[in-house]
Formats: sequence, structure tokens, C-alpha cells
Amino acid sequence: MERLTGFEILGQVMWNFAPVWIALIVILAASVHFRSRLGLYGKLFDSPIGIAGLVLVLFWVLTAIFADQIATFDALDQISGMKNKKPGWPVKGQEGMFYILGGDNLARDVFSRMVYGSREVLVIAPAATLFAFMVGITLGLPAGFYGGRMDTILSFVANLVLAFPVILLFFLLVTPEIRADGPEFQLWGGQKWIASVPNLMALFLFLFPIIFFVVLWVSRLSTQPRKLAIYLAVTLVLGTWAYLGLVFNADPLGLFYMDPNLLNIFVSVVFVNSPTVYRIVRGVTIDIKTRDYVAAAQTRGERPWYIMLWEVLPNARGPLIVDFCLRIGYTTILLGTLGFFGLGVSPESPNWGQTINEGRKLLSLYPHLALPPALALMSLVLGLNLLADGLREESLKD
Amino acid sequence: MGSFLLKRSGVMLLTALCLTFIVFFLTNLDPNLEKLTKSEGNQRMTDEQVENWLVKNGYRQNLFKRYGEWLGVAPGWTRTDADTGKTTGRCIRGGIAPEEAASFCGLLQGYWGHSLVFKEPIGGIIIKKLGLTGWLMFWVMIAMVPMALFIGVVAGMREGSKTDRTLSTFSIITTSTPEYVSGVILIVVFASRLGGLRWFKGTSASAMDSITFENFFLPVMALALYGMGYIARMTRASMAEVMTEQYIRTARLKGLTFRAVVLKHALRNALIAPFTVIMLQIPWLLTGVVIIETLFNYKGFGWTLVAAVGNNDIELMMAASVVAVLVVLITQLISDIGYVFLNPRIRVS
Repeated sequence: MERLTGFEILGQVMWNFAPVWIALIVILAASVHFRSRLGLYGKLFDSPIGIAGLVLVLFWVLTAIFADQIATFDALDQISGMKNKKPGWPVKGQEGMFYILGGDNLARDVFSRMVYGSREVLVIAPAATLFAFMVGITLGLPAGFYGGRMDTILSFVANLVLAFPVILLFFLLVTPEIRADGPEFQLWGGQKWIASVPNLMALFLFLFPIIFFVVLWVSRLSTQPRKLAIYLAVTLVLGTWAYLGLVFNADPLGLFYMDPNLLNIFVSVVFVNSPTVYRIVRGVTIDIKTRDYVAAAQTRGERPWYIMLWEVLPNARGPLIVDFCLRIGYTTILLGTLGFFGLGVSPESPNWGQTINEGRKLLSLYPHLALPPALALMSLVLGLNLLADGLREESLKD
Repeated sequence: MGSFLLKRSGVMLLTALCLTFIVFFLTNLDPNLEKLTKSEGNQRMTDEQVENWLVKNGYRQNLFKRYGEWLGVAPGWTRTDADTGKTTGRCIRGGIAPEEAASFCGLLQGYWGHSLVFKEPIGGIIIKKLGLTGWLMFWVMIAMVPMALFIGVVAGMREGSKTDRTLSTFSIITTSTPEYVSGVILIVVFASRLGGLRWFKGTSASAMDSITFENFFLPVMALALYGMGYIARMTRASMAEVMTEQYIRTARLKGLTFRAVVLKHALRNALIAPFTVIMLQIPWLLTGVVIIETLFNYKGFGWTLVAAVGNNDIELMMAASVVAVLVVLITQLISDIGYVFLNPRIRVS
């Protein structure tokens, strides 16, 4: 079989992404049609930058969803004779099959690995950012609202983490040794839990979403005990279930589970991001608490936590949404950095950062190994940054 | 101003102590010590032998005491062997008699320890490597700052214009391209067969002896581009804000040319905010330096940090961390002070 030409390679790539294109068109058409009812998201379609960002982000989200349909091979398939082959090389013995973007130094398909890599990023980055926001909001609101000694202490700790060079923190915190070091505890059912640094951090950081939602419901529904009981019960059952699964790896049903490697990365990324979110929330709270509607709520006799969560927070959503997008992008870059240094990822995972690192060693001979994941990572981050810019522009117009 | 400086320096000192203690704790975890013992002794040591070695060499004391020793505020440990009668200790080394050895030997006394990887005193290594990285940072600053300020000022001068849109998009693209991506792209385009240009070298190993345009351009550009976008955007925001001020309108109305308004009235006020951003960008460049030095095989400070971590060289890791933490804190202090000095609206009593 002949090798594909450059033009045919492009065609093949486009063809393989067909499910993404179809879904993208459907989503965009629906969004444009209902834009007047979609609030801030609908207004995004007024700004070209916002649209460009949205398309790029949606492209990668859809790629992650349809990865099984798009990828031509498995991320770990090794086919003999395909080592370091150039883009468009035909696969021996399989009629009509090609390594569209070539083969890597272990004879795996570069294109499929890039597609599966999107899953790795798009599962961890938004989730980690969300957790960082929970931590930052739960601590930043009272710090900004009350000020005083609590603010001083929390801000000192936040500055402490921020002064830590990120790369150093990763080198020290994401290692196989640190995961195995610490006193062991016996849990039920023969499970063991090691009080290592990452596990202790998970123990602490994963509490915040539960605290956040409990305070959210209690502050809002204190006059409706029946509704409050239902909301609290659901939050606590779900929260405790997930907490047991994620932190202690002791979910009785086995639904919530996190690989120790992944937990280590996840916790470190949340830890690095939370102080910045804390600072933003604190700053916005200090600004908003002088507004009239806060004074009105105080006069009505509302409790402080009600004011913080139901008066201040909704009014701070603009900068927070913008920062959320930016932060997912930044987290993507951080995850790439971790992969680039081979920290906390299994050697065969199709993680973009790691693939770039493997490819860079052969860069002058076989540039096709490192280039696809590099461009993929860049376009995803670019999409998120453009989206944030579009959102900022539109939210300022209000 | 004096009390402000004093307070800031006090907080900085406290932060530095906290951070170095955390690093000390993390580098001296049990598995690391065990690895260290086995590489100093031999790989087939039993757990008991490892424990013995650690006790003998002062690693089994209280963590705070050991941190104090390392810092040089607690006296170094000494120990007289019951069988041989020989005295060993932290400060007794290199042929110094136990009676003559100093009782304190730590960071404050200028003793940084001995590197396992380089087999040299760490103080010398750090200075040499910082020198190499200093050159990299110097050229990055030379390339990055003027480029960023220029783009920011030109974009912010006429907010919303076509030039503004183009330049802003360009700066968003550069902030979306981390060093390990831009480095790879630059090498592929300018130094590989595929790009076909081969203008520059894909490695900077030779730049350690002599820096040339050919071997240093790519790493400098990769670092400068990523840092530039952010500074440019801050400058643009600051410039755009200044351009809407009343005194700019007054200057325009009294008949000054647009050029004179921008250069004489707007620029100075618009450059206050970017100054702090540039200073705060330096610690951010640190991560980039580690990546770029690894990518381009330039054996400076970042490369040394990776080597120290990879080889479990605890003392070198500690020394590198101290330098990194100090760099971050000092740039923060300078940016705070600079902001106060430059901005006439802020008075610190």
C-alpha cells in the first residue's frame, strides 16, 4: 500500500473527527437559536473571540467524549514494524488502515494517543479546578467578610503556598515514595489507609465541597426544616459516600475510586490553585460587602453566612466564571508540566505532557512524535483563554 | 516607610523559615533517607543496618533539632563511639580534629553541604549554576520586557481598534503556549529536518561555554514568549485605563499631538502596574527555566534541580530550594516597594 500524501492525511484526520463535527454543529446551531434565553452563555455569541474559544473548547470536550469512535487504534496497541514511522504510513496486514500521524518509538499510533490524551486532561483539569474553587470560596468569603485575625492567618498561609515555587512543590509532593510513607491505619473490611502527605491533604481538601454545600443549604433553608432535612440528607449521603471512596478508597460499592497516582496529582493541583482562588474571592468580597444590598440584608437581620453565600457570591460570579475558565487552562498547563517530568503518571499513559517529553528526545529526527500533543495542548488552553476573554467582555457589558 | 519595610521584611523572613522547613520535612521523609543510606553504604543493607547508619549519622534526631543544625542555629551533633573512642559529628569533616571543629555549621555559617551527584561542595555548584541561569534570565528579560511593553502600549493606546484586536489575540496565543510546547514548536520549525530552516541549534549545551545567537536564541524565545503575553495584557489594561483619564483629555484638548500625549502624559502612569507584574513574573519564570534547561540540555540551575531530585541528593535539593524561595520572596518585596515608590497615590505611613 502507498503512504498517504499530506492532503490525504488531512482528509483522514477530518474524517475521523466526524462525530465531533456533527455534535459541534448541532450544539452551536441550538445555542445560536436559543441564545436570547441562555443568559451569559447566549451573549457569548456576540463576540468573535468568545465564539472562537467556545468552538475550540467544545471540540476537545467532544473529542474526549467520542474518543472511542475517533481513535483508529487503542492508545496502547503496538504494531510491529511501525516504530517511528512517518505520518500516513500504511499498517501492514490491515487493508485500508493507516497510522495517520505516524508511529511513536514504541510503535503506537500517535493520532490515537493524542485523541485519548484529551480524556486524561478533560477529566482531571475541570474537576481539580472545581475543588480548588470550593476550597477558595469556603475560606475566602469569611476572610473577606469578617476580616480580622482569621483573615490575617488565612492570608499568610495562602501567601506561603503562593511563594512556593510550583515546580519545586511538584517535585517534592508528587513522588512514589511520599505516597507510601506514614503510619498505617486498619479500616473495615481489611482495607488499609496510609497517613501519607498526599492522603492527609486529600482528607483535608475533600472536606470542603461537603462543608460548602451543607452551609449553603443550612443558611438558605433554615426556615423550612422539611426541605432542609431532605437537601442535607442527600448532600451528606452523597458527600460521605464519595469522600470514603476518594480519600480512603473504601467505597463499599466501588463506584468512587481514585488511583493513588491520580489522587497524588489531583491533590497537588488543587493545593496549588486554591490560594489564588482564595485571594480573588477575598478581594471581591471586600469590595461587594460595602454595597447597598448587603447593608439591606443586614438590616433585614439575615445571618452572616446567608449574606456571604446568597448575596455576595452570586454577585461575584462574573470574575469567578472568568477565572474558572482561565484556571482550567492553567491547570491543563500544570498537568502537562507534571507529565513532561514524568511525575505521577504511568509510563504508558497517553497524557499529552508525557508524550511531548518522550517525543522531544527524538525531535530533530522525528518531529511528528511531539508535535501533535503539543498543538493539542496549546489549542485547548488557547480555547479556554479566548473563552475567558469573551466572557469577561460580555460580563462587563452588563 | 521604615516601619513598612521592617514589617514586610519580618513577614518575608517568617515565610522563608516556614517554607524551608516544609522543604526540609519533605526531603527528609523516611523513604528518601533510606535511599540515601543505601547509596552511601550499599544496596543490600538490611533494615537494621540502615537504621544503625541513620542513628550514627545524626539523622534520627528530632526534626526541629536537625532543621536548626542545618540552618546553623543549633549546635551540630557529635557522637563518640563507645568501642573505638572516635568522635564524629556534623561539623567534624575533612580532617579537622574533633576538638577544633566549630560547634555550629549550617546555612548561616556558609556551610551548604556536599553534593552526592557532583561530588563537590554545594556552595560552589550553586554559584556556578546560578551564573549560567543568570545569563539565560538576562537575555530573556532583554527580549521579553521591551517586546511586552511595546505590544501592551500600542494595543492599549487605541482600545478596540484593529491593531488592538490583533495584538491582544497574539498575546493570548503566547500565554496559551507553555514553554514545553513553544520549545518543541520552535525546535521543529527552526532546527529540524521537517521545518527545513535549520537556522538555530536545537540544543544549548554549547552555550554553557560561549553564548552565541545560534545556540541561545530558541531557549530565550521559548521562555520570553510565554512570559510576554501576560505582561503585555497587563500593560494594555493599564494603558487603556490611563487613556480614559481626565488629564489625558485635557492634554488632547489643549492641542497636544496624540504622540506627545502618549509619550509624555500616558506612558509614565501606565507603566506603574506592569512594573510589579514584571517583578512577579520572575518567580514564574523559574518553572519555565527548569523546563527549558531540561529541554535544551543547558546545565544551569533548573537542570541542577531536576538532577538533584532525580538522584535524591537531599542537601543539593535543600540548597536549590533555599535559592528558589529567596528569589520568589525578594522579587515580591521589590515589587511591593517599587509599587509604593512609583505610585504617587499610595502613601505608606
